[in-house]
Parts: sequence; C-alpha cells; structure tokens
Amino acid sequence: MTDRIETHLGTTEEGQMAQEQANTSTTASDVAATSAEDSDAVRTSGGDPDDLNPVIIELENVNVYYDDFHAVSDVSLPIREREITAFIGPSGCGKSTVLRCLNRMNDLIESARVEGGVNYHGVDLYGPNIDPVEVRRRIGMVFQKPNPFPKSIYDNVAFGPKIAGYKGNMDDLVEQSLDRAALWDEVKDKLDESAYALSGGQQQRLCIARAIATSPDVVLMDEPASALDPIATLRIEELMYELKAEYTIIIVTHNMQQAGRVSDRTAFFSVDIQDDGERTGRLVEFSETATLFTTPEKQETEDYITGRFG
Amino acid sequence: MTTQPITAQELAGDPKRRRKETRVKAVFMVAGFTSIAISIAIIVSLAGEAWNFISQVELSALWTLGWFPRRGLYDIPTLVIATTIISIIAMIVAIPLGLGAAAYLAEYATPRARKWLKPTIEVLAGIPSVVLGFWALTFISPEIVQRIFTSSKPFTMLAAGLGVGVLITPLVATVSEDAMRAVPLSLREASYGLGANKATTVRKVVFPAAISGIVASLILALSRAIGETMIVFMAAGAVGGAIRTWNPLEPGQTMTAAIASLATGSDQVAGEGLAFQSLFFVGLLLFLLTLALNSISNRVVRKYRETY
Repeated sequence: MTDRIETHLGTTEEGQMAQEQANTSTTASDVAATSAEDSDAVRTSGGDPDDLNPVIIELENVNVYYDDFHAVSDVSLPIREREITAFIGPSGCGKSTVLRCLNRMNDLIESARVEGGVNYHGVDLYGPNIDPVEVRRRIGMVFQKPNPFPKSIYDNVAFGPKIAGYKGNMDDLVEQSLDRAALWDEVKDKLDESAYALSGGQQQRLCIARAIATSPDVVLMDEPASALDPIATLRIEELMYELKAEYTIIIVTHNMQQAGRVSDRTAFFSVDIQDDGERTGRLVEFSETATLFTTPEKQETEDYITGRFG
Repeated sequence: MTTQPITAQELAGDPKRRRKETRVKAVFMVAGFTSIAISIAIIVSLAGEAWNFISQVELSALWTLGWFPRRGLYDIPTLVIATTIISIIAMIVAIPLGLGAAAYLAEYATPRARKWLKPTIEVLAGIPSVVLGFWALTFISPEIVQRIFTSSKPFTMLAAGLGVGVLITPLVATVSEDAMRAVPLSLREASYGLGANKATTVRKVVFPAAISGIVASLILALSRAIGETMIVFMAAGAVGGAIRTWNPLEPGQTMTAAIASLATGSDQVAGEGLAFQSLFFVGLLLFLLTLALNSISNRVVRKYRETY
C-alpha cells in the first residue's frame, strides 16, 4: 500500500502527462482554464500550458464573512479536473471555509456571506437562480468525522441516489460504489447491518462510497483522515489516489506529509491576526505540490513546511 | 533520592469523611426508594378495594346500558370507550400540530422566531386544565363543534377531545423538538452534502434519528390525555352517568371523569352500596392501562430506534 503511494510520488510528472494526453476532450471551461493559468504555468515551469488538465472550478477573489468578521480574504485559484488539490495551513486559516464555499455548505451557517466568484464550469455558483441542492449533487463532500447515517450500510449508500430519483438498479449501484471505495469485500455480507457497527476507517470509506454513489464531478474532503489511525489513513489516501482517475478531489488537511503524498497541487493558506484580534485567512502560495514542498516561492511557506511556524 | 515509607494508616483516610459519604448515600437512597414505596402503596390500596368491588358486584351489572353507579349499573366499557374516543380525538389534534411545530422550531425557524415561539408554546403548556376545560365549554363547543354539527348538543365528547388535544399539543411539540435538536449537526450536513433539501433531510434523516424521542413524546401525551380529568369533566357532560356510545357527538364520561364526579363535593360518595368501591376498580384499570402503554412504547422505541 505504501509502495504504491511512494511510486506515485516518484512518477507524478509522468503520470500526469499520461493522464493529460488521455484527456483530450475540450469544453468551454478549457478556454478559461488556459488563459487563467498562464501566470501560474510560467512560475511552475511545468511544460506547455495546453497539456494541463482543464480547470473545473475557478475561485476569483473569494471573500467570506461571518456577520462583520472577515474570515477569508481574496482567494483566487484554479482547481483542475481529475487532480487532487490540497489545502494546507495552520488552524483558523480558512481552508475549510474555502472548501465549504465550493458546494455552498456555508449556506447552512446563517451569518456566512460569500463574495467574489466561484465558477464551476464557468457558472458562478453564487449567482442568482443557483440551487444549492443541484450544486451539492455535483460537488459531493466527505467530512472530518465519519458521519454515516444511523441506518444500514446499504441505505447509507442508497440515500443520495434515492433522493435524486435514481431509476437504475440500486443493488448494482450500491455494490459499485462500495467497490470503488474499497469497502465492498469487507461489508458485502452485512449490508443490512448498521453502519455504526463498522470501524472508524470503514465508516469513512462508507462515507466516501455514499458521496460517489451520486456520481458527482468533484469530491470535497474536509480532513477526511484526521480522526483515523495511521493504517486507516493510508487506506483513505490510497483510495483518493485511485478515485482521481474519475473524480476531481479537493482535500483539506492538517497533515503536510499527507498533502505531499497524495496531492498534485497544494494551496498554502495562512492567517493574519489584526490588532483587534480578528483572524483573517488568506492564500499565500499555490503551485504544484512538488514545487511547493521543495522550492517554495514565499518565505512564509518555507517557514511553515519546515516547521518553523504553525 | 529516597522515598519515605508510607504506613497503611496514612492511606486509610479520615473516618469522619467516610461516615459522611455513607450518610449522603443513605439520604439519596431513601429518596429513590420513597417513590417506589409510594407506587406500591397506591397499587395496594387500589387493589384491596377493587377486589372488594369485583368480588361483591353482580357480574351482570358490569355489562349493561351505561355507567350509572348510583343505580348500581357499572358498565365499565362505557368508560373505556369514552376514554378511547377522547384520547383518539386529542391525538388527532396533537400529532400533526405538535410534530409540525416541533419540526418548524427545530429545523426551519430562524433563531429570532424561535426565541419568542418556544416560550409561547411553553406558556400554553402551563395553562391549568380547568381553564382549558372552561374554554372548551364556552368556545370550542359553541363556536366549532356546534357550527359544524349544527344539531349537536352543548356537551360532547368531541369538544372535550379537542380541548384535551390543545392541552397535550405543547407537550408533543416541546419534547419532540428537544429530540430533533439532539440529532447531531453532522448528520444534517451529510444529508445536505448529498444534495438533499430541507424537507428530505427532516423526513429521512432527522425524523428517523429522533424517533425514540418523538414516540416518547407521543406516549407521554397519550398518557396525559387518558389521565386528563378536568376538561372532560367540564366539557363532555354526562356527570351523573353515561350511556354507552361510540358517537363522539354524544356526551360521555371517561374513567377519570367518572371517579371525579362521584368522589367530589362531600365527604361521602353518594349512591348505591358498591359505588365507592367501583371507583377503586376504575382507578386500578386506569393504572394498568397507562402501565401497559408505557411498556409497549418502550418495546416500540427499542425496535425502531436509530442510535447515533
């Protein structure tokens, strides 16, 4: 299991190239992607910009407020299709807040207000007439603490498709989703048992199966392994790497090694503390993971990844 | 570094403190066992007189036209039927109103709306039942029941049932709301994250997860409805006695009202020889009914509970 991940790290460049060549379809967002990515491409010198995966979500000057409190300031970054993008940074830097902007989970907090553009396939998710329910069916989410429903394993996976009015064979879909989440073999004989009978790591994989059962485009993961032991963590990381073939994954993590192991690109957030004690998060640096961890552009990033701060 | 040896006496502690500990424990134990003792005392006193009644009464008098204890007619089914009808009507009012209010308070209401709505409902729960009984008699009966059923009498089981329904609605609302709010936010987030809207989340996630609390609130409300005396006594009529009927537009007497109407107003229960003892029998029946209800609900809750 570890071998595979290490191999992956060693061959990031090649793997990406292969994937990029495989992905030749051109959509409207490609155009936006390449133009928006020009400056970044120069900096990371990652070859021809045309070879990059298309941008699926583009954040433009995103600001988040809770009432008068300015939680996140001016975040702009592109998320590319079929890549794993990691958000790292110290506590309170707003990385989870930014993640929750991407599927409008912040709507659940009444005082939260999002300014700026979150463009998904070029459509502003905060535009008028956008139904957060539709957004969340396309942009799924896995949470920090495993949160299966107090229902059977089967019903957990079938929940999303059922409410979306899925017409196909539910049994097949449940099997397929559990299989993709690398859980099928462990639970195939106890689908009717409560999800709470599973271990923490299994529960989190069940939550991943539940999230991908609705066939989303993008899966957001908010510190998905922080409540798990190291073995379960590796399991989840390996799973993320496998899921990358089909899904765009954005992961928030406290664990820099984890970001280094699994992600293609990393965004480093930091927090400014004002005189009145207000803490505002901001994006410090965003580039390919290998670059960010070896030759970061900003001193602040280097201080953080070398453990001098945070 | 040398450690001083410790004697067993030093670790034995202060005997005074240990004695105090024992005394405190005894006080709490007495408090706990008193309630059990009272329950047993109630059953014993009920059972004794109830046995006197059932052993002396002519069995044919237990199955007659109606409940007229002063004339020696003790038709128990009359009382059970009236209790059933009034409880059903009350639950028909309280289930949708109470659960609806609970769902609104727990899931939909803004904090501002909740801030004044919840205390208001709690005030409603505090209204003395005699006030609600009067209201059932002077408002529900003439303004609602008699307007819809123009030929109905001023005293009906329907009016009393609606009054009891109003009485128990706040109970259902507040207890259910607490159960729904206790459902962890993470489950709601999971549901919303899968593209569920609010209505689906409430129906498919919050409700099932809160079901044990919700059922508990309904059982509590039903027990309260069965045990409610004053509203029925005032609004259902038939104080002197009742004819057996399933028609809610007729007057009726519940088990509680039957006890109240006989054992009131003087130091002696008026009527034929066994009237006094009959009340104990009815009381015991009432006690057993609520006991059965509680154990059934416990079983139901255990079966359908979704533990989180």
